[in-house]
Amino acid sequence: MTDTHEELAVSLWRGSEDGRYQAYTVPRRESQTVLDVVTFVQRHLDPTLSYRFACRVGVCGSCAMTVNGKPRWTCRTHVEKVAGGGRLEIGPLENLPVIKDLTTDMEQFFRKWQQAKGVFAPSQTRHDAIAQIRPDTPARAAADAAIECINCGVCYAACDTVRWNPGYVGPAALTRAWTLVNDERDAGNTARLQAVAADGGCHSCHSHQSCQQLCPQTLNPTAAIAGLKRRTAAAYLKGEIEA
Amino acid sequence: MNVRLYVWQRATAAVMAPLVLGHIAVIFYATRQGLSAADILSRTRGSIVWAAYYGIFVAAASIHASIGIRNILSEWSPLNERRAGLIAIVFGLLLAALGARAVAAVVLS
Amino acid sequence: MIARQMKHRGDALWIAALVHRISGLALAIFLPFHFLALGLAIDGTARLDGFLRWTDQPLVKIAEGGLVLLLAAHLLGGLRILVIENFAWRDGQKQLATVAAAISLLVAVVFLARMF
Repeated sequence: MTDTHEELAVSLWRGSEDGRYQAYTVPRRESQTVLDVVTFVQRHLDPTLSYRFACRVGVCGSCAMTVNGKPRWTCRTHVEKVAGGGRLEIGPLENLPVIKDLTTDMEQFFRKWQQAKGVFAPSQTRHDAIAQIRPDTPARAAADAAIECINCGVCYAACDTVRWNPGYVGPAALTRAWTLVNDERDAGNTARLQAVAADGGCHSCHSHQSCQQLCPQTLNPTAAIAGLKRRTAAAYLKGEIEA
Repeated sequence: MNVRLYVWQRATAAVMAPLVLGHIAVIFYATRQGLSAADILSRTRGSIVWAAYYGIFVAAASIHASIGIRNILSEWSPLNERRAGLIAIVFGLLLAALGARAVAAVVLS
Repeated sequence: MIARQMKHRGDALWIAALVHRISGLALAIFLPFHFLALGLAIDGTARLDGFLRWTDQPLVKIAEGGLVLLLAAHLLGGLRILVIENFAWRDGQKQLATVAAAISLLVAVVFLARMF
């Protein structure tokens, strides 16, 4: 790795909700990612820095932070793409309580996942034959297009409706609910549609599409939520669920 | 915002889309060369079509605006859901009452 | 809020959603006054005529142009939502949003041009 003899002016959030940005100078390296920058600070400049990561290669969803105003996976964000003028401002994900520095408390994210019934409800047992699911049915295609969520929280952090409405379950929970609504093996759809049709469910979404713009897995929660709006409206009008 | 409010919001929106287009056309026609009360009222007085068109428009707009205001209040103001809902309903009723009065004013002699 | 910039808010579709909300709020505030003005007809043509003469002022005409802009923008923004929610996903929405903004502006400009 060649040292390009340049430096980055890095601001990192330190402390909890009422913390502050602290400045560090980090040497610039070729193919450097934002996670590399944060790791450098913790290892060489300030061991008290708290942050999360695991796989370093974009499959675990642990390292998401706010980088120059946008929530991103820091392990897959190359410094040269985002550090205009050699400056980086890195903070914890928005819309979540800050534990310390760059780590947030994801409890509400996962609680809302449960609230939206983003949990598979089996219809068969181990004694039944394995279900034969065709991958090319419209329902399975819709589920597959939405299934690759790794719970990184980027969409949740980007969503202004989450910011403005504390009861809103958010794009990730609803996207998972949508995959299950399209899963022919699932037996819990009446309860699930009822859950996402309640206050704070899919109807809170105003289609700002920040989630769809920023999802690193290129998922489309706006479309998934639109699908849920159609299904819940139909179920409501048919009397299968209540308001 | 739940499914019931959503359905009413979107249904009134769909009803109003063509009504708004017609209203913009009416605005353009009415303002083509100065506007006088006599011009307006000679067309609207005693007109069932006018009463029906704008009667439906007022009803739909009252419901639609009320739900929209509720959303804005619950997301952008510190009011809780109940208060936001109450203010929104009062606003909707105000619009409906003033709107019905306006339609009556131009249709009835 | 900890982030000092919120970059996604400059996005075309986010702006479209905000325009839709603000235009709706403005129209909601305007409507009671609109209804009150029309209600002047209850007292006969004279009072309504007096009000209409007041609206002949250039500043009022410009404000009316603004109202037409708000109405067109809110309608087109609403159609964006109805399409997203009821039809298959379509790409190219940013371009459509820009076109919708242009159409709204055009309608308002034509309205104003006929006034002066």
